[in-house]
Amino acid sequence: MARAVAVVGVGQTRYGNRSEMTYPDLVREGVQAAFADAGLGPEDVDGVVFGTMPSMMEGVAMTHFYFADALRAVGKPLMKTETCGTTGMSLAITGYYWVASGMADVVLVVGSEKMHEGDSQATMSTVAEPFFFRPFTSGAPGIFSMLAQMWMDRHGIPEDKARDAAARVSVDHHRDALDNPYAHIKKAVTMEEVKGAPVIVYPSRLWDICPNSDGACAVIFACEEKVKKMSGKPAWVKGIGFCGDEYWFGDSDKVSWDGARETARQAYEMAGIRDPLKELDVAEIYNPFTYVELQHYECFGFCEAGTAPDRVLDGTFSRGGELPCDPSGGVLCSNPIGATALVRVAEAALQVTGRAGERQVEGARLALSHGLGGVAQFNGIMILGAEQ
Amino acid sequence: MITRDKKGNPILEAEARIPYELALGPTVHRFFEGFKQRKILGTRCHACGRVLVPARSFCPRCFVDMNEWVEVSQEGRVLSWAVTNYEYFGMPTKPPFIQSLILLGGTDCGFMHLIGGVDLSDVDRVGRIVKTGMTVRAVWRESRTGCIMDIQHFAPVD
Repeated sequence: MARAVAVVGVGQTRYGNRSEMTYPDLVREGVQAAFADAGLGPEDVDGVVFGTMPSMMEGVAMTHFYFADALRAVGKPLMKTETCGTTGMSLAITGYYWVASGMADVVLVVGSEKMHEGDSQATMSTVAEPFFFRPFTSGAPGIFSMLAQMWMDRHGIPEDKARDAAARVSVDHHRDALDNPYAHIKKAVTMEEVKGAPVIVYPSRLWDICPNSDGACAVIFACEEKVKKMSGKPAWVKGIGFCGDEYWFGDSDKVSWDGARETARQAYEMAGIRDPLKELDVAEIYNPFTYVELQHYECFGFCEAGTAPDRVLDGTFSRGGELPCDPSGGVLCSNPIGATALVRVAEAALQVTGRAGERQVEGARLALSHGLGGVAQFNGIMILGAEQ
Repeated sequence: MITRDKKGNPILEAEARIPYELALGPTVHRFFEGFKQRKILGTRCHACGRVLVPARSFCPRCFVDMNEWVEVSQEGRVLSWAVTNYEYFGMPTKPPFIQSLILLGGTDCGFMHLIGGVDLSDVDRVGRIVKTGMTVRAVWRESRTGCIMDIQHFAPVD
């Protein structure tokens, strides 16, 4: 039987172009923030989990070696986990496993990226094998734009309506990011600006697409016994789910998207959630592109298949709506990829402990956090709650 | 070399460039030998019955060997498409281009390639020509070397 586990501290750096410092110093900034938040020190940590995107992103391989000092991992077990964009969620789940199993009482989990140091989409293209896929890739925007086209076609959603809903997602999140002190992109945009922006990969335009960000995020997981000795408010892990599709992009249906649905089913079953729209108070969806956020609302059972545009346009997922999604501004406004899904966990923890500042969803008690990665291959979810 | 970035901060300009020799193995090699003869080959899984293309040595779901080779259609239905209109370092295909997931006749999965023969001078107008569900057909290069670009692109069938 797994032990009860809680998030007892989170640390985030400011996201953006952080060329004023080295990569290890940026990682340490996130780690120190988490220690300060938890009221713990390196001596309290039994093990460290770390992850990033592929080494080509910053040109140094095996960065957990390079960052061992910045992670204050000297004399401790250090584990690396990576699943592309899902990395941050895989990190959180690895940390959870380690504590839930009883093999560690306190685990420090850290994800980071310094995307201004390399070429993010050139790095991403190396995730595609070179025989069949790589000549046709255009990084993440290509994959997610194709998902959007399939989704619109399958459900008969008029392109203009999907365009309006995606623009609304962009407008909402760019406004939300103004309330997040860590956010990278701090610019309010209008529906007209989003819909008239230059095409990057049709149908995705500039403001439908996340930025390249530098940043680090650290989250500390602890067992019940340790939590009870601490003064801060814990965010309890209520449910987790993770599911992978085939490597081959065309082998599985990314509209019905069984992998994404199975991920949510696992997490809801563990958390005892039957009606996510009613029971969840807030969700941090991994939304590097506006259209894919709409698809995830459907795959996670927030609304029926094909109805996400209607629900977005009626405000269901906006701040003040029935289930606010990404009140932090989400991935769309800050994307240091190796950290990004862990940022979703950190934001969920802040929400259910009432510490999310200007972006707090009032009275939030149960929050879903999500990671997505690979060539739309992996989905992971962690649900956090105020109650054990 | 130490220089300054756009924010004025000092940076080290570095590069990592490494050559590779990537083995094709018998299945990928046979698939591309078929390309030289203008044939698109898939393999059938005896457990689930699916025909996958490009040919696979094993079924990712059933985890059994896929030894039954089948020639599949040169025509297929467009499952999805997108127009790439930006460029990154080392991009193998120069933008703008249309990438597409195509369901070839006689297969059970999407096959990734380009859609060509379409005016790309205005990306906003491409959607009036290219449609999800339309039929496209392989256009072969005259000179073929046994690689994925032996098919120049798939072109819309009138």
